[in-house]
Amino acid sequence: MSQTAEAKAPVQEKEPLFSPKNRRLLTDPLDENNPITIQVLGVCSALAVTAQVYPALVMSICVVLVCAFANLTISLLRNSIPGRIRMIVQLVVIAALVTLVNEVLAAFVYDLSKELSVYIGLIITNCIIMGRLEAFAMGNKPWPAFLDGVGNGLGYAAILLLVAVFREVFGAGTFLGFGIIPQFAYDMGYVNNGVMVTPAAAMFLIGIFIWWQRSRNPKLVDVS
Amino acid sequence: MANTNSNAYTFTYATIMTLIVALALAGVSTLLKPLQDAARALDKKTQILNAVTTVEKEAADAAYAKSIKELVVKEDGSVIDGAVAFDLDLRKEYKKDASKRQLPLYVYTNDAGAKNYIIPLSGAGLWDAIGGFIALESDLNTIAGSSFNHVGETPGLGAEIATPWFQGQFKGRKFNDASKKYALDVLKGKGNKIEPIEQYANKVDGISGATITCDGVENMLKKGYDSYAAYFKTITN
Repeated sequence: MSQTAEAKAPVQEKEPLFSPKNRRLLTDPLDENNPITIQVLGVCSALAVTAQVYPALVMSICVVLVCAFANLTISLLRNSIPGRIRMIVQLVVIAALVTLVNEVLAAFVYDLSKELSVYIGLIITNCIIMGRLEAFAMGNKPWPAFLDGVGNGLGYAAILLLVAVFREVFGAGTFLGFGIIPQFAYDMGYVNNGVMVTPAAAMFLIGIFIWWQRSRNPKLVDVS
Repeated sequence: MANTNSNAYTFTYATIMTLIVALALAGVSTLLKPLQDAARALDKKTQILNAVTTVEKEAADAAYAKSIKELVVKEDGSVIDGAVAFDLDLRKEYKKDASKRQLPLYVYTNDAGAKNYIIPLSGAGLWDAIGGFIALESDLNTIAGSSFNHVGETPGLGAEIATPWFQGQFKGRKFNDASKKYALDVLKGKGNKIEPIEQYANKVDGISGATITCDGVENMLKKGYDSYAAYFKTITN
């Protein structure tokens, strides 16, 4: 008798949409579990797209959308995916989503799709998306998976935009295309930093961010 | 739920998933194709016009219809009637035998009646194809302007060929030197002495760290100019 009573599963309370646990899925990747500086994923596109703020902005939006909806899709399918083709199915979902995004961009904002043509393909291979599918979406419900996708996309966006601001302001003297270094500075001998235009500068900047982030929060030292 | 690890289930799942994804992507692509084709055509018209004048994308269609006349010529200088210049794929044409090539040419007439000849360009950058348009004044030697594009050059390096500063320096330069020999040279690196323009009419500044792309631009310009040399002879005489 008592065994059946113990065997009866406890009634699960439905978790509110934005409970503290769900809110943490959105905020953790911004700092404590940042995909680039802590999980060290998605660094390649962070180097390629950040020469200027505008492409970084568009890439960020694309990654947030793809990560969130890929997480959602895989989470909905998680119980039916055959074990042996798990990663292939994940890849197909990501590739299909990215191709859809690409087709829509080419139809409605052609200039932008030309600029991003190389990077769109980079999203498919972005480790953040595959990483979150494996680490989270495969084992969690759809809504938390969606939030996790959004959170990680935003964490990626934060670092991307930060790097892009430094690289554009110091490497080209502009912000979103608007010149912000006054002409008298150039006349006095100020020169735009040529290294900032190269991807190597993104590497240096990300390294500095990792260092700064871990020195202000000792819990994060040695976490990866 | 069937055993998700059985062979039969795996095979069926893979088949159905492939069918669904293929249908969805094909469907979206077909639906959006008219919009994409229109966007691509507008972009090409804007680029052609940008070789001679600045034009806003919204006004490109009207400006193109008003000021551009299309021609298709052959490398021997003859004009082909009935071919549509805009639809020709220059990369494919260059792969053909020289005698079979159909070369588009765009003639721009401004409000004052002066003519510019816009040559389409096709070449190879460091990673992938590069292209563009170069506009000549009616002396068929002085450059009126240029617009370049690329598929996958490195941002900040090879991709600089599509920037206003690189394209702008071609205006006023000349293809041939005083002895009528082809001499247009894209110099290595940036910051070379190229002024006064009368003395350095055949020289254009390069891009630091993008030598291969700049060589590609130089070769593409020579190839383009040479392709139309025979036709230009027929209109100067």
